Amino acid sequence: MSSQEIPEENLPSEQESAHGAVAVADEADPFADPGLPPHENRVQDIDEQAARRSERTVALLFTISMLATVGFIASFVAFPVDKSVYIWPIGHISALNFALGMTLGVALFCIGAGAVHWARTLMSDVEVADERHPIEAEPEVKAKVMADFAAGAKESQLGRRKLIRNTMFGALAMVPLSGVVLLRDLGPLPEDKLRHTLWSKGKLLVNMNTNEPLRPSDVQVGSLTFAKPEGLEEHDHDFQKEIAKAALMIVRIQPDNIKDKRELEWSHEGVVAYSKICTHVGCPISLYEQQTHHVLCPCHQSTFDLSDGARVIFGPAGHALPQLRIGVNEEGYLEALGDFEEPVGPAFWERG
Amino acid sequence: MSTENHAKTAPATASTDTRKQAPAGERVADWADGRLGIYSLAKANMRKIFPDHWSFMLGEICLYSFIIIILTGVYLTLFFHPSMNEVEYHGSYVPLQGQLMSEAFNSTMHISFDVRGGLLIRQIHHWAALIFLAGMFVHMMRVFFTGAFRKPREVNWLFGFLLFVLGMFTGFTGYSLPDDLLSGTGVRFMQGAILSVPIVGTYLSMFLFGGEFPGGDFVARFYSVHILLLPGIMLGLVVAHLILVFYHKHTQFAGPGKSNKNVVGMPLLPVYMAKAGGFFFLVFGIIAAIAAIASINPIWALGPYRPDQVSTGAQPDWYMGFAEGLIRVMPGWEINIWGHTLVLGVFIPLVIFPLVLAAIAVYPFIESWVTGDKREHHILDRPRNAPTRTGFGVAWITAYMIMLIGGGNDLWATHFHLSLNAITWFVRIFFFAGPVIAFIVTKRICLGLQRRDRDKVLHGRESGLIKRLPHGEFIEVHEPLDRDQLHTLTAHEQYKPLEIGATVDENGVERKVKGSEKLRAKLSKGMYGEESQIPKPTAEEYKEITSGHGHH
Repeated sequence: MSSQEIPEENLPSEQESAHGAVAVADEADPFADPGLPPHENRVQDIDEQAARRSERTVALLFTISMLATVGFIASFVAFPVDKSVYIWPIGHISALNFALGMTLGVALFCIGAGAVHWARTLMSDVEVADERHPIEAEPEVKAKVMADFAAGAKESQLGRRKLIRNTMFGALAMVPLSGVVLLRDLGPLPEDKLRHTLWSKGKLLVNMNTNEPLRPSDVQVGSLTFAKPEGLEEHDHDFQKEIAKAALMIVRIQPDNIKDKRELEWSHEGVVAYSKICTHVGCPISLYEQQTHHVLCPCHQSTFDLSDGARVIFGPAGHALPQLRIGVNEEGYLEALGDFEEPVGPAFWERG
Repeated sequence: MSTENHAKTAPATASTDTRKQAPAGERVADWADGRLGIYSLAKANMRKIFPDHWSFMLGEICLYSFIIIILTGVYLTLFFHPSMNEVEYHGSYVPLQGQLMSEAFNSTMHISFDVRGGLLIRQIHHWAALIFLAGMFVHMMRVFFTGAFRKPREVNWLFGFLLFVLGMFTGFTGYSLPDDLLSGTGVRFMQGAILSVPIVGTYLSMFLFGGEFPGGDFVARFYSVHILLLPGIMLGLVVAHLILVFYHKHTQFAGPGKSNKNVVGMPLLPVYMAKAGGFFFLVFGIIAAIAAIASINPIWALGPYRPDQVSTGAQPDWYMGFAEGLIRVMPGWEINIWGHTLVLGVFIPLVIFPLVLAAIAVYPFIESWVTGDKREHHILDRPRNAPTRTGFGVAWITAYMIMLIGGGNDLWATHFHLSLNAITWFVRIFFFAGPVIAFIVTKRICLGLQRRDRDKVLHGRESGLIKRLPHGEFIEVHEPLDRDQLHTLTAHEQYKPLEIGATVDENGVERKVKGSEKLRAKLSKGMYGEESQIPKPTAEEYKEITSGHGHH
């Protein structure tokens, strides 16, 4: 990079005739600021014909905008709200939305394009320099302000009368507490709400799709069935809240393939029931890999092995899915043998 | 005092005179001036000079998309019902007939299918929000890489940063309002993250949702946050941001005639009135056209939210993708002690998220502490001339982008036929390694560009002309730069690294050096030492080379 490597002939040579014009004029400082370059005229500045062409272009753009607004109003009236239209390459879209959007877009864009074209071609483009002034105040100003402040502070006697000062600070510090207290009723205390679900001993497992109680024979190897506790209906007031905790995932695994001892005990003839709510941040798990009995949460890809106590085998979840202990009642329906033994869903401080 | 005298004698004649002569516009202006003082305001601002550079438009995009969001948002509030009461759908969209859904979802369906133009406004609102956030990100990077955050603009930098952060949360609360399957999943994610907060997590969750998730309150609560609280604060910040831009006057790049004491450009009236005013219509027009052809957040395809249902490929809006990435790639650490659970796998991402954002926000203050520079700076740096800052900025963007990849790891896996596990591990490693590599590479590129500038100044521009010398040697003719370019390429200042100096004086007495000063010296050496900048050519060097040639 240094100058030694470059033959002398390659060095800048303003003395040589060809480029002599751009010389180092300032002997003292070749890098000195040469000042604003002279204004270069645009074609519109010197040719009135060209300027008139610009004028017509701007006027044309503004006219197109007007027409587009008329088009917008016409589209609003003309197109039925449910009409679909095929537009290549987008496909089938709402005719009204397309017409309104395009006419509005053109109407707005042409105003903008006209204004910018006007500014660029017809308005003066002579560069002007404006001075800057320091943001900081002059020392005299600062001295005046400080003196004013000192006078005001002294007159208030805040510094002298400590009793007033301290009680005022005390009052100001305390009064926001009322506002904080008011927030208390934003919601109930957590208590043990996150520890319980609707499941209890004897509750039937109801198929989420058919709304019928499940029998062991309804659950085939390789299929994934979603279930809810009996008595919980979509129209119920707190359906959303309850299903967010009680949603169940049922699969059948050959008992020989169940690796976890407790899982086998809590299952019925290979039918196992696990919470559907991911232990990471609470997404419902919905992807089931039949061969490996892995389930995957589509939100953050936590993967659980249902044949091994639903332990986490990949992803950000921190612990296994809770299992629901199930059995069969006298009529042959699958039933819960109690609530989940641990809280379902995401972990929290009190979970333990 | 003199004006008072003038006022005493003048009115009788002056007012009758002007009433006869002044045109209507002037009379209105006089009326307003007498009450608002608009002439003094106009004197300072009407012909205010703004410099021209394409990158100065980025902030305008943000401002205009913000205005568009407010306009369309007001329209949407006329039709939207922020309620989670369950209703059965009986609108014109056939596939969802009879479905149970919240009123929020139902009214959003109504806006999309039954209100003429409602879908368009909804889509403009959502597209403008995405563009607003993207605009703020790019604008912030422009300010960062050119050093426009330096004194006196540090406060405005923080205002801008706050707008970016608040914009993210306004966006999040906004797209959660329709209560569709996708956004509900996002809200659940947020609730799960809140639960991970040690000690108070469950309380925060109960208070935010008015009970257990999802409850019946969050749409109404998010609504007031989304349309009142956050936009109110943001509007105030935007106004303050603009006032400061006017007050400080805009920065400019170095060039002939431009100095730290002036601002060179064209006046607000008429040029920037037309250009900036016109640009609002360009931005609005383009967003309207996008909303006409590109569907966004088609809630009818997703359906209403149910906590036990989910669709695959669930993605938040892009500006939340970074947080999504953190939560996806974090190993699921959980510590159980004394009957309590520390959910590190979720809580650590929740902490890293603001920390990463804060890293870029505090950088200006670190830089000014290291340089100790108390002067005002109105001339922008070219990124190459501040290699450490540029390197840090690129490293930050790299970390951000890697997490964005992590946030879409399932889409990367399905679209590029990659292993999800491999992508996750890539993100885990390169969230740390990527920024380091990016920093080193960027710094080297900057130094290379500085060397090239130096060569150009000293040896001229490669002209591409080949000359054959009398003795047969071929050489390339280098054209010297003109004075404008010479000035532009050498106008930047270069800091010298801070020296602590001898810690032992001539009498052998040791001087105590504070640890913070040692750190400052170390950082200063890293930022401005020999390794971190190429000395710009001096006038002497230039003269020696050019005069040396003169002897030839």
